[in-house]
Amino acid sequence: MKRLLIGSLIAATVLATGVVQSQAQQKDWKEIRIGTEGAYPPFNNLNAKKELEGFEIDYANALCAKMQVKCTWVVQDWDGIIPALLSNKYDVIVAGMNATDERKKRVDFTSVYTRTPISMAGAKSIASTDVSPDALKGKTIGAQASTIHMNFLEAHYKGSTARGYPTQEEANLDLLNGRLDYIVADRLSLEDFIKGKGKDCCKIVADVKRDPTIHGPGVAMAIRKEDTALRDKLNAAIEASQKDGSLDAIGKKWLGFAPIQ
Amino acid sequence: MNWCSLPGYWIGFEVLERYGCRLADGFLITLQLVGWSFCLGLLFSLPLALMRLKAPLPVRALLVGYMTVFRGTPLLVQLFLVYYGLGSLRPFWQEMNLWWFFRDPLYCCLFAFTLNTAAYQAEIMRGALQAVPRGLSEAGRALGLSKGVILFRIELPQALMIALRPLGNELIIMVKASALGSLVTLYDLMGATKFAFARSFDLAIYLVAAVVYLALVEAIRRLWAVGERYLTRHLVARA
Repeated sequence: MKRLLIGSLIAATVLATGVVQSQAQQKDWKEIRIGTEGAYPPFNNLNAKKELEGFEIDYANALCAKMQVKCTWVVQDWDGIIPALLSNKYDVIVAGMNATDERKKRVDFTSVYTRTPISMAGAKSIASTDVSPDALKGKTIGAQASTIHMNFLEAHYKGSTARGYPTQEEANLDLLNGRLDYIVADRLSLEDFIKGKGKDCCKIVADVKRDPTIHGPGVAMAIRKEDTALRDKLNAAIEASQKDGSLDAIGKKWLGFAPIQ
Repeated sequence: MNWCSLPGYWIGFEVLERYGCRLADGFLITLQLVGWSFCLGLLFSLPLALMRLKAPLPVRALLVGYMTVFRGTPLLVQLFLVYYGLGSLRPFWQEMNLWWFFRDPLYCCLFAFTLNTAAYQAEIMRGALQAVPRGLSEAGRALGLSKGVILFRIELPQALMIALRPLGNELIIMVKASALGSLVTLYDLMGATKFAFARSFDLAIYLVAAVVYLALVEAIRRLWAVGERYLTRHLVARA
């Protein structure tokens, strides 16, 4: 009986995957559904009025206007953001996602539109600016789970304790509470926290050295592998936005500088 | 190759081979979390149930309040209140020399889970104690037995028979609820599975986790059947 049950479970999973794949056909993309996390300011964030705002929201909307397509936004938790793309809940992910090799096994990426420094934040009392794995031995470091920052900790900071949180906000909160000695994330996201709730407790300690094999070339939009027409369309729009200066202009508004550093 | 990567190797499932050891570590954390909180809850449940029945009114009211709150709110809310709420009172805990406890996610989980399951188990015990026919303790009193003897030799063995199955259900619910620990950075079975999924994007790893949880629950069910046969051995007709 149990063997039968497990067998049918596996069969159901395989079936479900097949259905999803056959649903995705090439279309001419007059409407694009965009998935984002809405918890990663200043890139994408749900404000108090439950509206999405941030650099990526403005930027993607500008691209949509340029491509003359209708765009709708879907908010999705980070942990499920790639599975939801694969199961056709939306067509593209615009959520500060770095184009890593691991992710490229499942999804395709557009051109890079953002590459910002990655930093460690910690208590104000930390005097040293050394954030190398040796210097942080025995410390507890937090990051958002399922991110490149977590992979980075796992790969290089073996002497430290790495803690993974469902959202960046919870990691920030635990640094504030003093459970964590450091948190690692995009510098801009950390600055947002330091200017706000973390004003009295914390500071940016230093940038970390990028590891290309883990961090990838930068932040790009993710699409399903079979949607090559959409990828080409987005790539053309991203390239145009770099040429006419709109990428830099929107970047300066939200981030304070040009998004590709 | 470690023993824990063997199952994945045998069935040719590369993701399981790669993260098998993490899953095994996670399984141990789940066992610890559930085992400790359930046993501590069991330990507290009997005194709580007795006080709930026999203590003076203010104490009784306090206990009813505790049980109502912990049975009436989601465990996740309780866990977040303990982990982030109590965790934000760091200066106070440092003063009390208790920060080592509230700093650790495993202890926070244990604390929240124990409070929660103790409330449920105490209610199960109370119900079971009340279900023991009154005539039994009256007979004991008529024979001049002391209160302690009546409680431990007459009432409790009867009550345990009634409480056993609901307690088993509570343990099974705890096994499944323990997956919430992964939301406060714990790498229990669920946390380890999420980690493996985040690196591989292979949904089948959740299927593996489901099978492991299922096996654990089945093991508990069988263990409970043995326990019930032992407690009710005097009722089984001899061939």
